Amino acid sequence: MKIKKSTGDIIADVLIYAFITLLALICIIPFIHVAAMSISGDADVYANNVFLIPKHINLNAYKTVLGDPSMMHSLIFTIILTVVFTLLGMMVTIFSAYALSRPRLKGRHILSAMFLMTMYFSAGTIPDYMLMSGLNILDTAAVLVLPLIFSAYNMIILRTFMQNSIPESLIEAAELDGCDDFRILFQVVLPLSKSVLATLALFYAVGRWNSFTDALYFIQSDWLKPLQLKLYNLVNASGSTGALSQEAGGGQQQAAEVVKSATIMFATLPIIAVYPFVQKYFVTGVMIGAVKG
Amino acid sequence: MKKKKTLPKEKGKGVKYYLKRDWQLYLLLVIPFALVIIFKFLPLAGLSIAFLDYKPIKGFAGSEFIGLDVFKQVFRSKDFYIALKNTLLLNILDLVVGFPAPIILAIFLNEIRCKWFKRTTQTVLYLPHFLSWVIIAGLAYQMFAPLSGYVNILITRMGGQAVPFLTEKYHWVVMYVLIGVWQSMGWGTIIYLAAITGIDAELYEAATVDGAGRWRQIWNITLPCLKSTIIVMLIMSLGRIMGSSLERPYTLSNPMVTQFSDVIATYVYRVGLQNSQYNIATAVGLFQSLVGVVLVLIADKAAKFMGEDGIV
Repeated sequence: MKIKKSTGDIIADVLIYAFITLLALICIIPFIHVAAMSISGDADVYANNVFLIPKHINLNAYKTVLGDPSMMHSLIFTIILTVVFTLLGMMVTIFSAYALSRPRLKGRHILSAMFLMTMYFSAGTIPDYMLMSGLNILDTAAVLVLPLIFSAYNMIILRTFMQNSIPESLIEAAELDGCDDFRILFQVVLPLSKSVLATLALFYAVGRWNSFTDALYFIQSDWLKPLQLKLYNLVNASGSTGALSQEAGGGQQQAAEVVKSATIMFATLPIIAVYPFVQKYFVTGVMIGAVKG
Repeated sequence: MKKKKTLPKEKGKGVKYYLKRDWQLYLLLVIPFALVIIFKFLPLAGLSIAFLDYKPIKGFAGSEFIGLDVFKQVFRSKDFYIALKNTLLLNILDLVVGFPAPIILAIFLNEIRCKWFKRTTQTVLYLPHFLSWVIIAGLAYQMFAPLSGYVNILITRMGGQAVPFLTEKYHWVVMYVLIGVWQSMGWGTIIYLAAITGIDAELYEAATVDGAGRWRQIWNITLPCLKSTIIVMLIMSLGRIMGSSLERPYTLSNPMVTQFSDVIATYVYRVGLQNSQYNIATAVGLFQSLVGVVLVLIADKAAKFMGEDGIV
């Protein structure tokens, strides 16, 4: 049964499509602008001739960024940090979610409540700082990993999934066959949780890649600074004179704006590169998270 | 077989018995448990310095207990009130502008029938959510800087006056809120789109038969069906009105706008970590957490009162 569209509906359609298109453009234009600037000639950028289409395309600015040893170091450090953080985070999440999803575990309600409480309060910056200082992990890589690998939010998502989406009968059958909990976890539960595990791994990875507050608080040494903090110092602290182009100095004086743009793109590209492939996992994760356990 | 044998024992509830039966599960919990205790609960002990005349050199033992003097000092400080006022101001503006945005966007997205168009725009609209505030601030300054920002170049080329988007405090507040909407709007639609998917299609069919147009259907079917989701989300946002994260104000701020950009998080960072006034920063943090927890509890009660599930 198809009903003919009225004029009003057609106008509504046009308005809605136009509105959504406009918003999408607003979301994407800043990237195109900065990307265009990052590969344009210095003179064109100085003359403010580059908006969305690059002119005199070259990669000199990227060469400057990549040629800066401290930048490369920071990139490699951040990649390793993100991988280690994600692996440990997943381990902790899987362990806690599985144990707390088993109905027969004594004390699981108290333990769950205790874990969940951490979502609603924190002692604050200074007590955290004093703790890290007391543990002697200030200004080490450990301070960027250990405090944040347990996430109650991620734990709930996984626990909810394990409780709702994995048939209890399957686990019982495995138990009857003499499987212990470790084997059930690794051979029954985890293989059935692949998609949600991918989601959580991405939450961890993107979270670590993007955040810099903890590094700002706890890290002094330059060689332990993650990319985002490095980027902040370069883009913001330097004002109109790009610190990188000064660092490069000597040889050719590059337009600060070009180098700045290249630096921003440099830190954004890894996210943009993986983003289209992982987007659907994120959406799944948010949905499971919304249906709170 | 084994199970049957041990069944009668279960009544005795000996700790040893459960530890023996489920030792693997408990073993799995050891590391998460230790992390939670060390990194989430242990720092609570540090809150005590809010009540001490704490000097880093003297340490805990050497510091004198001074009761609520630190709090008195905090509440007498002008900077604290500015930070508190800004935190509330920016959060309330965020709520007023940022809360309805994803609802409206989700309703519009739902009206789109063209599959590829919907998928493409959604991908683009979600993207800002995945960027760090450093990058977002970098992009914002590249677009809106007074001289080199392209938006101002366009404005001046068309004969207008350059607008100090990020360098004049009132403009900055507006930009702060709008950039926040830009970052979170698309991502925020997911939850509403999911709720819309759950609406019975027959409702729309019946409405169409009755001659209800697009707007009518949105107003009389979609919105009422979203009501409970909207209430839960609203209550959760109200519970966060005292919250303050460092990254957004810190990255978007500049020396010209500190009158509005100094929020509790930046205040605590400056006073505590940069000026080493540990007890003052701790007291401010404690005050903020307490108000935050109270707000969450009130919000939860309100949700339950309205017949929703609640959030705690």
